[in-house]
Amino acid sequence: MAMIREIFKRNKDKKETTIPTKKAKDVPEGLMTKCPSCKHITLTKELAKLHKVCPKCDHHFKMTAYERVESLLDEGSFTSMDDHLKTENPLGFPGYTEKIKSDSEKTGLNEAVLTGGGKLKGQEVIVAIMDSHFRMGSMGSVVGEKITRAIEAATEQRLPFIIFTASGGARMQEGVLSLMQMAKTSVALKRHSNEGLLFISVLTHPTTGGVSASFASVGDINIAEPKALIGFAGRRVIEQTVREKLPEDFQTAEFLLEHGQLDAVVHRNDMQTTLSTLVRLHTKGANQNA
Amino acid sequence: MPKTKTAPKSMGFEEPLIQLRQKIEELKDYTKTADVDLSSEIQSLEERLSKLENDIYENMKPWDRVQVARHPERPTTLDYIPFLFEDFIELHGDRLYGDDEAIVGGIASFHGQPVTVIGHQRGKATKENIRRNFGMPHPEGYRKALRLMKQAEKFKRPIICLIDTKGAYPGKAAEERGQSEAIARNLVEMAGLEVPVISIVIGEGGSGGALALGVGNHILMLENSTFSVISPEGAASILWKDSALAQTAAEAMKITAPDLLEMKIIERMISEVRGGAHHDYAKQAGFIDEAIKESLGELTGLSGKELINQRYEKFKSIGIFSE
Repeated sequence: MAMIREIFKRNKDKKETTIPTKKAKDVPEGLMTKCPSCKHITLTKELAKLHKVCPKCDHHFKMTAYERVESLLDEGSFTSMDDHLKTENPLGFPGYTEKIKSDSEKTGLNEAVLTGGGKLKGQEVIVAIMDSHFRMGSMGSVVGEKITRAIEAATEQRLPFIIFTASGGARMQEGVLSLMQMAKTSVALKRHSNEGLLFISVLTHPTTGGVSASFASVGDINIAEPKALIGFAGRRVIEQTVREKLPEDFQTAEFLLEHGQLDAVVHRNDMQTTLSTLVRLHTKGANQNA
Repeated sequence: MPKTKTAPKSMGFEEPLIQLRQKIEELKDYTKTADVDLSSEIQSLEERLSKLENDIYENMKPWDRVQVARHPERPTTLDYIPFLFEDFIELHGDRLYGDDEAIVGGIASFHGQPVTVIGHQRGKATKENIRRNFGMPHPEGYRKALRLMKQAEKFKRPIICLIDTKGAYPGKAAEERGQSEAIARNLVEMAGLEVPVISIVIGEGGSGGALALGVGNHILMLENSTFSVISPEGAASILWKDSALAQTAAEAMKITAPDLLEMKIIERMISEVRGGAHHDYAKQAGFIDEAIKESLGELTGLSGKELINQRYEKFKSIGIFSE
């Protein structure tokens, strides 16, 4: 009897020790990446070379801000700015400070946007790249401030401003302060625009809510990546309001293009060429093919 | 037009007052028929009532204010216009698609000075609410507002915006016609207006749909109005997966006029008639009139460039972070 009990006990112990910890699971994930759309498996290193686009079905994976820098800007040309800004907890939301800290460690960013100057095929530009891995790319005080300062830098240096949006909208934990960042970035954009400078907005998956309803939609040129989700209100909210089934492609980049809301949908492989050509066409005395 | 027919609908936090008022009425009725003198009792109850009124109305909690802001009889843009302005002529349409009746606008005279007035417009009864889409605009509403603002700029008229919406309408057609772009465009274009812009939150200021009339040189709020990134119900359901916790969310999110004044997002808080604007439209309009005069006075001397710079500095300074 005791022996039998011993067997069970041992099994129990064994079972517990073989439950994979989260850490253990993360290792193979780093080597191979499975496409969430077609389930095709690609070597992660290979995928990075392909600008994180699935070789089989063209699915555009989410990019981190630094991956975007690497796939877009001339090597070694990027200098980040305002990495020292720190998020506060103005409404005293429980757990907010901790969440910011852990996302910051996870992404290596101080907030959900990376800003700085760099070169696009030799042409100087100021960029802001939102990262949806950081609090869903939501916009609070620091995101608004970083984007505003980047626009101000572009205005001061008379450079084009290019933003890559990826955001669920305004950040709730900072309440109305987040909402006001929409106005703050807008006043800065107006000043940049009045100087006759170029602003290109590249909408990537997902761009919704307050970010969609501010800087993302008012580029001199609005470009989106294929299949990106772009919209003001969430799909579920709309379905509940209008009580009808929405079309499959509702709020995709292609849907917006069809409804006249975008200038173009551009494949990631062509993004660098498209953007650098646009910048060149807006630069005086640089109309020759560089 | 002012309502006089019945006493306004009461709200939960007013319950003790209602009960006491009822008791006083009962006693008064009783003394009429019975042969006893209860005047001293009635007087003491009335004193208690006035003290209780003070206690309740001077210490309104955020959730109480939310209820007042949403009161069905709360005066709307079109209720205020006849009290605040003369010669109001409503102008319709965005010249692109249609006329959105969730936003009204036009030209009027404010103490002899021509101004452009634009405001969200909700209905009170069901029929009017359907016509006004519950004060939730489509893109054409925002584009009409922008058209009227540009027109005001051409003729150098100050612009007065009245904000009163739960938010921009979340619908299929609104998305197809570019709800995001319409709001975003207003934010950017308002930033560049060369005339004074005064935005006044008179009820609910719900998110981007409210802000699209809110990039003013001055933002003023009625004492019992709110300005928020999301409704208390929405915040509660996302943060705690329970919309019943709206009351807690209303406090946590800091959405009331006193909160925004403290955060220096707004320039002025406009006092309300005791118990809420719905108790006396004319008197409330008087308070708003005073506030507009003060703000206009401060802004009138500024040149177009100075107005743009003032707006720039105002919004640039909003945000809490450390360096």
